[in-house]
Amino acid sequence: MQLGIFTVGDVTTDPTNGSTPSEHERIKATVAIAKKAEEVGLDVFATGEHHNPPFIASAPTTTLAYIAAQTSRIILSTSTTLITTTDPVLIAEDYAKLQHLADGRVDLMMGRGNTGPVYPWFGKDIRDGIPLAIENYHLLRRLWREEAVSWEGKFRTPLQGYTSAPRPLDGVPPFVWHGSIRSPEIAEQAAYYGDGFFANHIFWPSTHTQQMVGLYRRRFEHYGHGSADQAVVGLGGQVFMRRNSQDAVNEFRPYFDNAPVYGHGPSLEDFMAQTPLTVGSPQQVIERTLGFRDYVGDYQRQLFLMDHAGLPLKTVLEQLDLLGEEVVPVLRREFAALKPAHVPDAPTHASLVEAGRTEEVPA
Amino acid sequence: MTRRIAVVTAGLSQPSSTRLLADLLAGATDRAFRLAGEQTDIAVIELRDLAHAITDHLMTGFPSGPLVDALAAVRDADALIAVTPVFSASYSGLFKSFFDVLEDGTLEGKPVLVAATAGTARHSLVLDFAMRPLFAHLRAHVVPTGVFAASEDFGAAGAAGGLTARAERAGRELADAVLGRSRAGRVDPFDNPTPFEQLLGGQGT
Repeated sequence: MQLGIFTVGDVTTDPTNGSTPSEHERIKATVAIAKKAEEVGLDVFATGEHHNPPFIASAPTTTLAYIAAQTSRIILSTSTTLITTTDPVLIAEDYAKLQHLADGRVDLMMGRGNTGPVYPWFGKDIRDGIPLAIENYHLLRRLWREEAVSWEGKFRTPLQGYTSAPRPLDGVPPFVWHGSIRSPEIAEQAAYYGDGFFANHIFWPSTHTQQMVGLYRRRFEHYGHGSADQAVVGLGGQVFMRRNSQDAVNEFRPYFDNAPVYGHGPSLEDFMAQTPLTVGSPQQVIERTLGFRDYVGDYQRQLFLMDHAGLPLKTVLEQLDLLGEEVVPVLRREFAALKPAHVPDAPTHASLVEAGRTEEVPA
Repeated sequence: MTRRIAVVTAGLSQPSSTRLLADLLAGATDRAFRLAGEQTDIAVIELRDLAHAITDHLMTGFPSGPLVDALAAVRDADALIAVTPVFSASYSGLFKSFFDVLEDGTLEGKPVLVAATAGTARHSLVLDFAMRPLFAHLRAHVVPTGVFAASEDFGAAGAAGGLTARAERAGRELADAVLGRSRAGRVDPFDNPTPFEQLLGGQGT
Protein backbone atom coordinates (compact mmCIF):
# COMPACT_ATOMS: atom_id res chain seq x y z
CA MET A 1 0.00 0.00 0.00
CA GLN A 2 1.32 3.40 -0.99
CA LEU A 3 0.35 6.17 1.42
CA GLY A 4 0.76 9.80 0.59
CA ILE A 5 -0.74 13.24 0.19
CA PHE A 6 -2.12 15.34 -2.62
CA THR A 7 -2.63 19.06 -2.97
CA VAL A 8 -4.73 21.25 -5.23
CA GLY A 9 -2.55 24.31 -4.56
CA ASP A 10 -5.28 26.69 -3.50
CA VAL A 11 -4.42 30.13 -2.13
CA THR A 12 -7.09 30.60 0.51
CA THR A 13 -7.50 33.15 3.28
CA ASP A 14 -7.08 31.69 6.75
CA PRO A 15 -10.56 32.32 8.18
CA THR A 16 -9.25 32.45 11.75
CA ASN A 17 -7.04 35.50 11.23
CA GLY A 18 -7.87 36.89 7.78
CA SER A 19 -4.34 36.43 6.46
CA THR A 20 -3.79 35.22 2.91
CA PRO A 21 -0.46 33.75 1.81
CA SER A 22 1.17 35.33 -1.22
CA GLU A 23 1.57 33.13 -4.27
CA HIS A 24 5.27 32.99 -3.48
CA GLU A 25 4.59 31.82 0.08
CA ARG A 26 2.11 29.19 -1.09
CA ILE A 27 4.48 27.86 -3.77
CA LYS A 28 7.30 27.59 -1.24
CA ALA A 29 4.93 26.02 1.27
CA THR A 30 4.04 23.35 -1.28
CA VAL A 31 7.71 22.43 -1.56
CA ALA A 32 8.09 22.39 2.23
CA ILE A 33 5.04 20.12 2.50
CA ALA A 34 6.41 17.71 -0.11
CA LYS A 35 9.81 17.52 1.64
CA LYS A 36 8.08 16.96 4.95
CA ALA A 37 6.03 14.16 3.38
CA GLU A 38 9.22 12.32 2.52
CA GLU A 39 10.75 13.08 5.92
CA VAL A 40 7.83 11.54 7.81
CA GLY A 41 7.91 8.41 5.68
CA LEU A 42 5.11 8.91 3.15
CA ASP A 43 5.35 7.21 -0.24
CA VAL A 44 3.68 9.69 -2.60
CA PHE A 45 3.37 13.45 -3.09
CA ALA A 46 0.96 14.58 -5.81
CA THR A 47 0.14 18.07 -7.00
CA GLY A 48 -2.89 19.23 -8.93
CA GLU A 49 -2.92 21.38 -12.03
CA HIS A 50 -4.91 24.56 -12.36
CA HIS A 51 -4.51 27.50 -14.68
CA ASN A 52 -6.32 30.24 -12.84
CA PRO A 53 -6.35 32.08 -9.51
CA PRO A 54 -6.73 31.29 -6.64
CA PHE A 55 -4.46 28.34 -7.49
CA ILE A 56 -0.68 28.20 -7.82
CA ALA A 57 -0.71 24.72 -9.33
CA SER A 58 0.17 25.54 -12.92
CA ALA A 59 3.47 24.21 -14.32
CA PRO A 60 3.35 21.01 -12.24
CA THR A 61 6.52 19.48 -13.68
CA THR A 62 8.50 22.56 -12.64
CA THR A 63 7.29 22.07 -9.08
CA LEU A 64 7.83 18.33 -9.12
CA ALA A 65 11.34 18.58 -10.60
CA TYR A 66 12.31 21.11 -7.94
CA ILE A 67 10.99 18.75 -5.26
CA ALA A 68 12.71 15.78 -6.92
CA ALA A 69 16.03 17.57 -6.55
CA GLN A 70 15.51 17.90 -2.81
CA THR A 71 14.15 14.44 -2.06
CA SER A 72 15.44 10.94 -2.68
CA ARG A 73 12.70 8.41 -2.07
CA ILE A 74 9.17 9.78 -2.41
CA ILE A 75 7.15 9.11 -5.61
CA LEU A 76 6.06 12.32 -7.36
CA SER A 77 2.67 12.30 -8.99
CA THR A 78 -0.16 14.52 -10.18
CA SER A 79 -3.71 15.06 -9.00
CA THR A 80 -4.55 15.58 -11.76
CA THR A 81 -2.81 16.20 -15.11
CA LEU A 82 -5.27 17.91 -17.43
CA ILE A 83 -5.34 15.49 -20.34
CA THR A 84 -8.17 17.46 -21.93
CA THR A 85 -6.60 20.90 -22.35
CA THR A 86 -2.89 20.07 -22.31
CA ASP A 87 -1.28 18.98 -25.56
CA PRO A 88 -0.39 15.29 -25.16
CA VAL A 89 2.83 15.99 -27.05
CA LEU A 90 3.90 18.34 -24.23
CA ILE A 91 2.80 15.89 -21.53
CA ALA A 92 4.87 13.16 -23.17
CA GLU A 93 7.98 15.38 -23.16
CA ASP A 94 7.50 16.96 -19.75
CA TYR A 95 6.95 13.77 -17.80
CA ALA A 96 9.60 11.77 -19.63
CA LYS A 97 12.04 14.56 -18.73
CA LEU A 98 10.82 14.51 -15.15
CA GLN A 99 11.30 10.72 -15.04
CA HIS A 100 14.96 11.15 -15.97
CA LEU A 101 15.56 13.94 -13.48
CA ALA A 102 13.78 12.07 -10.67
CA ASP A 103 15.36 8.69 -11.48
CA GLY A 104 11.98 7.14 -12.19
CA ARG A 105 10.13 8.38 -9.10
CA VAL A 106 7.25 9.62 -11.25
CA ASP A 107 3.73 8.61 -12.15
CA LEU A 108 0.67 10.57 -13.29
CA MET A 109 -3.02 10.78 -12.74
CA MET A 110 -5.10 11.90 -15.69
CA GLY A 111 -8.08 14.15 -15.10
CA ARG A 112 -10.34 16.43 -17.08
CA GLY A 113 -10.28 19.49 -14.81
CA ASN A 114 -13.23 21.27 -13.30
CA THR A 115 -12.85 24.93 -14.24
CA GLY A 116 -15.10 25.54 -17.23
CA PRO A 117 -13.28 28.49 -18.83
CA VAL A 118 -9.96 26.60 -18.88
CA TYR A 119 -11.24 24.78 -21.95
CA PRO A 120 -11.77 27.88 -24.12
CA TRP A 121 -8.58 29.48 -22.74
CA PHE A 122 -6.69 26.53 -24.16
CA GLY A 123 -8.71 26.43 -27.36
CA LYS A 124 -10.95 23.51 -26.43
CA ASP A 125 -14.67 22.95 -25.89
CA ILE A 126 -15.81 21.62 -22.52
CA ARG A 127 -18.49 19.56 -24.25
CA ASP A 128 -15.63 17.53 -25.75
CA GLY A 129 -14.26 16.68 -22.28
CA ILE A 130 -14.58 12.91 -22.59
CA PRO A 131 -13.58 12.64 -26.28
CA LEU A 132 -10.54 14.86 -25.53
CA ALA A 133 -9.52 12.68 -22.59
CA ILE A 134 -9.80 9.58 -24.76
CA GLU A 135 -8.07 10.81 -27.91
CA ASN A 136 -5.30 12.73 -26.13
CA TYR A 137 -4.45 9.88 -23.81
CA HIS A 138 -4.35 7.36 -26.62
CA LEU A 139 -1.87 9.58 -28.44
CA LEU A 140 0.17 10.10 -25.26
CA ARG A 141 0.56 6.34 -24.83
CA ARG A 142 1.79 5.96 -28.38
CA LEU A 143 4.26 8.84 -28.01
CA TRP A 144 5.82 7.09 -25.03
CA ARG A 145 5.84 3.64 -26.61
CA GLU A 146 6.59 4.19 -30.30
CA GLU A 147 9.70 5.78 -31.77
CA ALA A 148 8.11 7.31 -34.86
CA VAL A 149 4.48 8.22 -34.47
CA SER A 150 2.23 8.99 -37.40
CA TRP A 151 -1.11 10.04 -36.13
CA GLU A 152 -4.21 11.97 -37.06
CA GLY A 153 -7.08 12.79 -34.74
CA LYS A 154 -9.87 15.27 -34.19
CA PHE A 155 -8.31 17.68 -31.74
CA ARG A 156 -4.73 18.53 -32.69
CA THR A 157 -2.41 18.87 -35.65
CA PRO A 158 -1.53 15.53 -37.27
CA LEU A 159 1.92 14.05 -36.70
CA GLN A 160 4.04 12.33 -39.34
CA GLY A 161 6.98 10.27 -38.14
CA TYR A 162 7.23 12.26 -34.91
CA THR A 163 9.54 11.10 -32.12
CA SER A 164 8.93 12.43 -28.64
CA ALA A 165 12.12 13.28 -26.76
CA PRO A 166 13.50 12.42 -24.35
CA ARG A 167 12.39 8.83 -24.54
CA PRO A 168 10.96 7.46 -21.26
CA LEU A 169 13.58 6.41 -18.71
CA ASP A 170 14.75 2.83 -19.37
CA GLY A 171 12.17 2.68 -22.16
CA VAL A 172 9.43 2.41 -19.53
CA PRO A 173 6.67 5.06 -19.56
CA PRO A 174 5.41 6.36 -16.21
CA PHE A 175 2.53 4.41 -14.70
CA VAL A 176 -0.77 6.19 -15.25
CA TRP A 177 -3.85 6.47 -13.07
CA HIS A 178 -7.13 7.88 -14.34
CA GLY A 179 -9.12 10.03 -11.97
CA SER A 180 -12.85 10.63 -12.19
CA ILE A 181 -15.70 11.22 -9.81
CA ARG A 182 -18.71 10.08 -11.78
CA SER A 183 -17.90 9.41 -15.45
CA PRO A 184 -18.16 5.71 -16.29
CA GLU A 185 -16.24 6.35 -19.54
CA ILE A 186 -13.10 7.12 -17.51
CA ALA A 187 -13.37 3.94 -15.42
CA GLU A 188 -13.82 2.12 -18.72
CA GLN A 189 -10.73 3.85 -20.14
CA ALA A 190 -8.56 2.87 -17.17
CA ALA A 191 -9.81 -0.72 -17.39
CA TYR A 192 -9.22 -0.95 -21.15
CA TYR A 193 -5.53 -0.12 -20.81
CA GLY A 194 -5.00 -1.93 -17.52
CA ASP A 195 -4.01 1.42 -15.98
CA GLY A 196 -4.80 2.46 -12.42
CA PHE A 197 -8.06 4.09 -11.42
CA PHE A 198 -8.16 6.79 -8.77
CA ALA A 199 -11.39 7.86 -7.10
CA ASN A 200 -11.46 11.45 -5.81
CA HIS A 201 -13.19 10.26 -2.64
CA ILE A 202 -12.93 13.59 -0.81
CA PHE A 203 -15.85 15.86 -1.51
CA TRP A 204 -18.28 13.14 -2.53
CA PRO A 205 -20.23 10.30 -0.94
CA SER A 206 -18.65 6.87 -0.84
CA THR A 207 -21.44 5.56 -3.11
CA HIS A 208 -19.84 7.42 -6.05
CA THR A 209 -16.53 5.72 -5.31
CA GLN A 210 -18.05 2.31 -4.87
CA GLN A 211 -19.93 2.52 -8.18
CA MET A 212 -16.91 3.75 -10.15
CA VAL A 213 -14.41 1.31 -8.64
CA GLY A 214 -16.87 -1.55 -9.09
CA LEU A 215 -17.23 -0.76 -12.79
CA TYR A 216 -13.46 -0.36 -13.23
CA ARG A 217 -12.75 -3.70 -11.56
CA ARG A 218 -15.33 -5.58 -13.67
CA ARG A 219 -14.07 -4.10 -16.90
CA PHE A 220 -10.39 -4.59 -15.93
CA GLU A 221 -11.14 -8.31 -15.78
CA HIS A 222 -13.22 -8.11 -18.99
CA TYR A 223 -10.24 -6.67 -20.88
CA GLY A 224 -8.02 -9.50 -19.68
CA HIS A 225 -5.62 -7.69 -17.37
CA GLY A 226 -6.26 -10.02 -14.44
CA SER A 227 -9.05 -10.73 -12.02
CA ALA A 228 -11.21 -7.85 -10.80
CA ASP A 229 -9.54 -7.84 -7.40
CA GLN A 230 -6.15 -7.38 -9.05
CA ALA A 231 -7.09 -4.04 -10.61
CA VAL A 232 -5.03 -1.07 -9.38
CA VAL A 233 -7.14 1.28 -7.28
CA GLY A 234 -6.28 4.53 -5.54
CA LEU A 235 -8.44 6.64 -3.26
CA GLY A 236 -8.40 10.19 -2.00
CA GLY A 237 -9.20 11.08 1.55
CA GLN A 238 -9.37 14.15 3.73
CA VAL A 239 -8.41 14.25 7.39
CA PHE A 240 -7.63 16.66 10.19
CA MET A 241 -6.22 15.27 13.41
CA ARG A 242 -5.37 16.21 16.95
CA ARG A 243 -4.64 13.70 19.70
CA ASN A 244 -7.90 14.74 21.35
CA SER A 245 -10.66 14.43 18.76
CA GLN A 246 -12.68 17.37 20.11
CA ASP A 247 -9.62 19.61 19.69
CA ALA A 248 -9.46 18.52 16.06
CA VAL A 249 -13.13 19.38 15.51
CA ASN A 250 -12.85 22.77 17.21
CA GLU A 251 -9.70 23.73 15.35
CA PHE A 252 -10.85 22.55 11.92
CA ARG A 253 -14.42 23.86 12.05
CA PRO A 254 -13.72 27.45 10.90
CA TYR A 255 -11.66 26.10 8.00
CA PHE A 256 -14.44 23.70 7.09
CA ASP A 257 -17.19 26.30 7.41
CA ASN A 258 -15.37 28.67 5.05
CA ALA A 259 -13.71 26.15 2.73
CA PRO A 260 -13.82 26.97 -0.99
CA VAL A 261 -15.55 23.77 -2.09
CA TYR A 262 -18.13 22.93 0.54
CA GLY A 263 -18.07 25.92 2.89
CA HIS A 264 -21.32 27.64 3.93
CA GLY A 265 -23.18 24.43 3.11
CA PRO A 266 -23.68 21.40 5.33
CA SER A 267 -22.36 21.19 8.86
CA LEU A 268 -19.01 19.58 9.58
CA GLU A 269 -20.80 16.71 11.30
CA ASP A 270 -23.18 16.14 8.36
CA PHE A 271 -20.33 16.29 5.86
CA MET A 272 -18.29 13.80 7.88
CA ALA A 273 -21.26 11.44 7.81
CA GLN A 274 -21.90 11.97 4.08
CA THR A 275 -18.33 11.89 2.75
CA PRO A 276 -15.03 10.24 3.74
CA LEU A 277 -13.89 13.40 5.60
CA THR A 278 -12.54 12.46 9.03
CA VAL A 279 -11.83 15.08 11.68
CA GLY A 280 -10.73 13.55 14.96
CA SER A 281 -7.98 11.54 16.62
CA PRO A 282 -5.33 9.54 14.75
CA GLN A 283 -7.11 6.40 15.90
CA GLN A 284 -10.37 7.59 14.29
CA VAL A 285 -8.51 8.30 11.06
CA ILE A 286 -7.01 4.81 11.12
CA GLU A 287 -10.36 3.14 11.66
CA ARG A 288 -12.16 5.17 9.01
CA THR A 289 -9.40 4.63 6.46
CA LEU A 290 -9.26 0.88 7.01
CA GLY A 291 -13.03 0.91 6.46
CA PHE A 292 -12.61 2.22 2.87
CA ARG A 293 -11.48 -1.29 1.99
CA ASP A 294 -14.96 -2.57 2.84
CA TYR A 295 -16.47 -0.92 -0.23
CA VAL A 296 -13.59 -0.77 -2.74
CA GLY A 297 -11.75 -4.00 -1.91
CA ASP A 298 -7.99 -4.26 -1.44
CA TYR A 299 -6.46 -1.18 -2.97
CA GLN A 300 -3.02 0.11 -3.71
CA ARG A 301 -2.80 3.83 -3.02
CA GLN A 302 -4.28 6.16 -0.42
CA LEU A 303 -3.67 9.89 -0.75
CA PHE A 304 -4.84 12.43 1.82
CA LEU A 305 -5.71 16.06 1.19
CA MET A 306 -4.05 17.94 4.08
CA ASP A 307 -3.23 21.50 3.04
CA HIS A 308 -6.30 23.25 1.69
CA ALA A 309 -8.90 25.74 2.93
CA GLY A 310 -6.35 28.21 4.30
CA LEU A 311 -4.70 25.95 6.88
CA PRO A 312 -1.36 27.57 7.79
CA LEU A 313 1.86 25.80 6.82
CA LYS A 314 2.78 25.22 10.46
CA THR A 315 -0.48 23.34 11.05
CA VAL A 316 -0.08 21.30 7.88
CA LEU A 317 3.41 20.23 8.94
CA GLU A 318 2.07 19.22 12.36
CA GLN A 319 -0.62 17.20 10.58
CA LEU A 320 2.05 15.45 8.53
CA ASP A 321 3.95 14.59 11.72
CA LEU A 322 0.83 12.97 13.14
CA LEU A 323 0.14 11.20 9.85
CA GLY A 324 3.70 9.88 9.59
CA GLU A 325 4.16 8.95 13.23
CA GLU A 326 0.80 7.61 14.31
CA VAL A 327 -1.33 6.79 11.27
CA VAL A 328 0.78 5.59 8.38
CA PRO A 329 2.75 2.87 10.21
CA VAL A 330 -0.48 1.32 11.49
CA LEU A 331 -2.23 1.58 8.11
CA ARG A 332 0.77 0.06 6.36
CA ARG A 333 0.82 -2.87 8.76
CA GLU A 334 -2.95 -3.45 8.81
CA PHE A 335 -3.49 -3.13 5.06
CA ALA A 336 -0.57 -5.50 4.40
CA ALA A 337 -1.99 -8.06 6.80
CA LEU A 338 -5.40 -7.92 5.10
CA LYS A 339 -4.22 -8.05 1.49
CA PRO A 340 -4.23 -11.50 -0.19
CA ALA A 341 -0.99 -12.49 -1.92
CA HIS A 342 -2.45 -12.44 -5.44
CA VAL A 343 -3.40 -8.74 -5.18
CA PRO A 344 -0.49 -6.72 -6.61
CA ASP A 345 1.10 -3.58 -5.19
CA ALA A 346 0.90 -0.38 -7.22
CA PRO A 347 3.42 -0.47 -10.07
CA THR A 348 6.59 1.59 -9.61
CA HIS A 349 9.29 2.41 -12.12
CA ALA A 350 11.44 -0.42 -10.72
CA SER A 351 8.63 -2.96 -10.92
CA LEU A 352 7.73 -1.90 -14.48
CA VAL A 353 11.37 -2.20 -15.57
CA GLU A 354 11.48 -5.63 -14.00
CA ALA A 355 8.20 -6.65 -15.68
CA GLY A 356 9.59 -5.43 -19.03
CA ARG A 357 12.58 -7.73 -18.63
CA THR A 358 10.49 -10.81 -18.03
CA GLU A 359 7.77 -10.28 -20.61
CA GLU A 360 7.10 -8.43 -23.80
CA VAL A 361 4.54 -5.74 -22.99
CA PRO A 362 2.44 -4.67 -25.99
CA ALA A 363 1.80 -0.98 -26.55
CA MET B 1 -50.58 -2.27 -12.90
CA THR B 2 -49.42 0.38 -10.44
CA ARG B 3 -48.20 3.69 -11.79
CA ARG B 4 -45.91 5.83 -9.69
CA ILE B 5 -46.80 9.51 -9.50
CA ALA B 6 -44.43 12.02 -7.91
CA VAL B 7 -45.97 15.27 -6.69
CA VAL B 8 -43.54 18.12 -6.05
CA THR B 9 -45.09 20.98 -4.11
CA ALA B 10 -43.21 24.14 -3.18
CA GLY B 11 -45.69 25.90 -0.91
CA LEU B 12 -44.14 27.35 2.24
CA SER B 13 -47.06 28.20 4.51
CA GLN B 14 -49.06 25.80 6.67
CA PRO B 15 -51.67 25.09 5.53
CA SER B 16 -50.57 25.71 1.97
CA SER B 17 -52.87 26.44 -0.96
CA THR B 18 -50.13 25.08 -3.21
CA ARG B 19 -50.35 21.76 -1.37
CA LEU B 20 -54.13 21.96 -1.64
CA LEU B 21 -53.87 22.29 -5.41
CA ALA B 22 -51.27 19.51 -5.53
CA ASP B 23 -53.64 17.18 -3.69
CA LEU B 24 -56.50 18.14 -6.00
CA LEU B 25 -54.38 17.26 -9.03
CA ALA B 26 -53.08 14.04 -7.50
CA GLY B 27 -56.67 12.98 -6.77
CA ALA B 28 -57.80 13.78 -10.30
CA THR B 29 -54.86 11.86 -11.74
CA ASP B 30 -55.59 8.89 -9.50
CA ARG B 31 -59.22 8.84 -10.67
CA ALA B 32 -58.16 8.94 -14.30
CA PHE B 33 -55.87 5.95 -13.84
CA ARG B 34 -58.54 4.00 -11.97
CA LEU B 35 -60.98 4.59 -14.83
CA ALA B 36 -58.40 2.97 -17.08
CA GLY B 37 -58.09 0.03 -14.70
CA GLU B 38 -54.74 1.06 -13.24
CA GLN B 39 -53.55 1.71 -9.69
CA THR B 40 -51.40 4.60 -8.54
CA ASP B 41 -48.70 5.00 -5.96
CA ILE B 42 -48.48 8.70 -5.13
CA ALA B 43 -45.40 10.20 -3.47
CA VAL B 44 -45.81 13.78 -2.31
CA ILE B 45 -42.58 15.74 -1.97
CA GLU B 46 -42.86 18.88 0.18
CA LEU B 47 -39.90 21.03 -0.78
CA ARG B 48 -40.19 23.01 2.46
CA ASP B 49 -38.99 19.92 4.33
CA LEU B 50 -36.01 19.62 1.99
CA ALA B 51 -34.98 23.30 1.86
CA HIS B 52 -31.73 22.86 3.82
CA ALA B 53 -30.77 19.69 1.97
CA ILE B 54 -31.40 21.38 -1.40
CA THR B 55 -29.14 24.29 -0.42
CA ASP B 56 -26.47 21.85 0.76
CA HIS B 57 -26.70 20.04 -2.58
CA LEU B 58 -26.15 23.34 -4.41
CA MET B 59 -22.98 23.82 -2.33
CA THR B 60 -21.60 20.28 -2.32
CA GLY B 61 -22.86 18.80 -5.57
CA PHE B 62 -24.46 15.72 -4.03
CA PRO B 63 -27.74 15.01 -2.24
CA SER B 64 -28.02 14.07 1.41
CA GLY B 65 -30.61 12.46 3.67
CA PRO B 66 -34.25 12.58 2.55
CA LEU B 67 -33.32 14.54 -0.58
CA VAL B 68 -31.78 11.32 -1.95
CA ASP B 69 -35.18 9.64 -1.67
CA ALA B 70 -37.03 12.61 -3.12
CA LEU B 71 -34.78 12.76 -6.18
CA ALA B 72 -35.13 9.00 -6.63
CA ALA B 73 -38.92 9.27 -6.35
CA VAL B 74 -38.98 11.85 -9.16
CA ARG B 75 -36.53 9.84 -11.24
CA ASP B 76 -38.48 6.61 -10.88
CA ALA B 77 -41.95 8.11 -11.27
CA ASP B 78 -44.07 7.41 -14.32
CA ALA B 79 -45.38 10.96 -14.16
CA LEU B 80 -44.74 14.17 -12.26
CA ILE B 81 -47.08 16.81 -10.92
CA ALA B 82 -45.14 20.03 -10.22
CA VAL B 83 -46.81 22.81 -8.27
CA THR B 84 -45.30 26.12 -7.19
CA PRO B 85 -46.51 29.33 -5.63
CA VAL B 86 -45.81 32.45 -7.68
CA PHE B 87 -43.06 34.54 -6.09
CA SER B 88 -42.01 37.79 -7.80
CA ALA B 89 -43.67 36.93 -11.09
CA SER B 90 -42.28 33.40 -11.41
CA TYR B 91 -41.88 30.01 -9.74
CA SER B 92 -40.33 30.23 -6.30
CA GLY B 93 -36.57 30.03 -5.86
CA LEU B 94 -36.90 26.85 -3.84
CA PHE B 95 -38.94 25.23 -6.60
CA LYS B 96 -36.30 26.16 -9.18
CA SER B 97 -33.46 25.00 -6.92
CA PHE B 98 -35.02 21.54 -6.66
CA PHE B 99 -35.07 21.22 -10.43
CA ASP B 100 -31.54 22.66 -10.55
CA VAL B 101 -30.21 19.73 -8.52
CA LEU B 102 -32.06 17.02 -10.43
CA GLU B 103 -29.60 14.95 -12.39
CA ASP B 104 -29.47 15.68 -16.11
CA GLY B 105 -31.94 13.63 -18.09
CA THR B 106 -34.16 12.77 -15.13
CA LEU B 107 -37.26 14.25 -16.72
CA GLU B 108 -36.51 13.36 -20.33
CA GLY B 109 -39.79 12.30 -21.94
CA LYS B 110 -41.54 12.09 -18.56
CA PRO B 111 -45.17 13.27 -18.55
CA VAL B 112 -45.42 16.37 -16.36
CA LEU B 113 -48.41 18.35 -15.21
CA VAL B 114 -47.55 21.94 -14.31
CA ALA B 115 -49.56 23.97 -11.84
CA ALA B 116 -49.21 27.16 -9.83
CA THR B 117 -50.96 29.22 -7.19
CA ALA B 118 -51.02 32.95 -6.55
CA GLY B 119 -53.03 35.58 -4.72
CA THR B 120 -54.60 36.88 -7.91
CA ALA B 121 -55.35 35.62 -11.41
CA ARG B 122 -53.08 38.30 -12.85
CA HIS B 123 -50.18 35.81 -12.43
CA SER B 124 -51.81 33.01 -14.40
CA LEU B 125 -49.41 33.31 -17.36
CA VAL B 126 -46.62 32.04 -15.09
CA LEU B 127 -47.55 28.58 -16.36
CA ASP B 128 -46.78 29.47 -19.94
CA PHE B 129 -44.03 32.03 -19.49
CA ALA B 130 -42.04 30.34 -16.71
CA MET B 131 -43.09 26.74 -16.06
CA ARG B 132 -43.31 25.50 -19.63
CA PRO B 133 -39.93 26.89 -20.72
CA LEU B 134 -38.32 25.30 -17.64
CA PHE B 135 -39.76 21.87 -18.38
CA ALA B 136 -39.13 22.23 -22.10
CA HIS B 137 -35.48 22.76 -21.21
CA LEU B 138 -35.57 19.62 -19.07
CA ARG B 139 -37.08 17.84 -22.09
CA ALA B 140 -40.14 16.75 -20.15
CA HIS B 141 -43.40 15.93 -21.86
CA VAL B 142 -45.68 18.64 -20.44
CA VAL B 143 -49.38 17.89 -20.86
CA PRO B 144 -51.47 20.56 -22.62
CA THR B 145 -53.50 21.61 -19.61
CA GLY B 146 -51.69 23.49 -16.87
CA VAL B 147 -53.66 24.41 -13.79
CA PHE B 148 -53.45 27.83 -12.21
CA ALA B 149 -55.36 28.62 -9.03
CA ALA B 150 -55.74 32.11 -7.61
CA SER B 151 -57.05 32.35 -4.06
CA GLU B 152 -60.54 33.13 -5.36
CA ASP B 153 -60.62 29.91 -7.41
CA PHE B 154 -60.77 27.82 -4.27
CA GLY B 155 -64.17 29.34 -3.50
CA ALA B 156 -65.55 29.71 -7.00
CA ALA B 157 -68.49 27.73 -8.34
CA GLY B 158 -67.53 24.45 -9.98
CA ALA B 159 -68.91 25.22 -13.45
CA ALA B 160 -67.34 23.86 -16.63
CA GLY B 161 -64.37 26.19 -16.37
CA GLY B 162 -63.93 25.84 -12.60
CA LEU B 163 -60.83 24.70 -10.78
CA THR B 164 -62.06 21.14 -10.22
CA ALA B 165 -62.98 20.70 -13.87
CA ARG B 166 -59.55 21.97 -14.94
CA ALA B 167 -57.87 19.64 -12.48
CA GLU B 168 -59.87 16.65 -13.75
CA ARG B 169 -58.97 17.42 -17.36
CA ALA B 170 -55.30 17.84 -16.48
CA GLY B 171 -55.31 14.57 -14.54
CA ARG B 172 -56.86 12.75 -17.53
CA GLU B 173 -54.23 14.19 -19.85
CA LEU B 174 -51.45 13.11 -17.49
CA ALA B 175 -52.81 9.58 -17.24
CA ASP B 176 -53.27 9.40 -21.02
CA ALA B 177 -49.69 10.52 -21.55
CA VAL B 178 -48.45 7.75 -19.27
CA LEU B 179 -50.69 5.07 -20.75
CA GLY B 180 -50.04 6.12 -24.32
CA ARG B 181 -46.28 5.97 -24.18
CA SER B 182 -44.10 2.91 -24.16
CA ARG B 183 -42.10 2.58 -20.97
CA ALA B 184 -38.56 2.33 -22.21
CA GLY B 185 -36.35 1.63 -19.21
CA ARG B 186 -33.50 3.96 -18.30
CA VAL B 187 -30.16 2.79 -19.56
CA ASP B 188 -27.80 2.42 -16.59
CA PRO B 189 -24.26 3.27 -17.78
CA PHE B 190 -22.85 1.19 -14.94
CA ASP B 191 -24.67 -1.93 -16.09
CA ASN B 192 -24.01 -1.36 -19.75
CA PRO B 193 -20.91 0.79 -20.18
CA THR B 194 -20.16 1.95 -23.69
CA PRO B 195 -17.46 -0.46 -24.91
CA PHE B 196 -14.16 1.34 -25.12
CA GLU B 197 -13.61 0.50 -28.76
CA GLN B 198 -16.73 2.54 -29.45
CA LEU B 199 -15.43 5.45 -27.35
CA LEU B 200 -12.14 5.32 -29.19
CA GLY B 201 -14.04 5.68 -32.45
CA GLY B 202 -11.78 3.53 -34.54
CA GLN B 203 -8.47 5.11 -33.60
CA GLY B 204 -7.34 2.03 -31.65
CA THR B 205 -4.16 0.46 -32.91
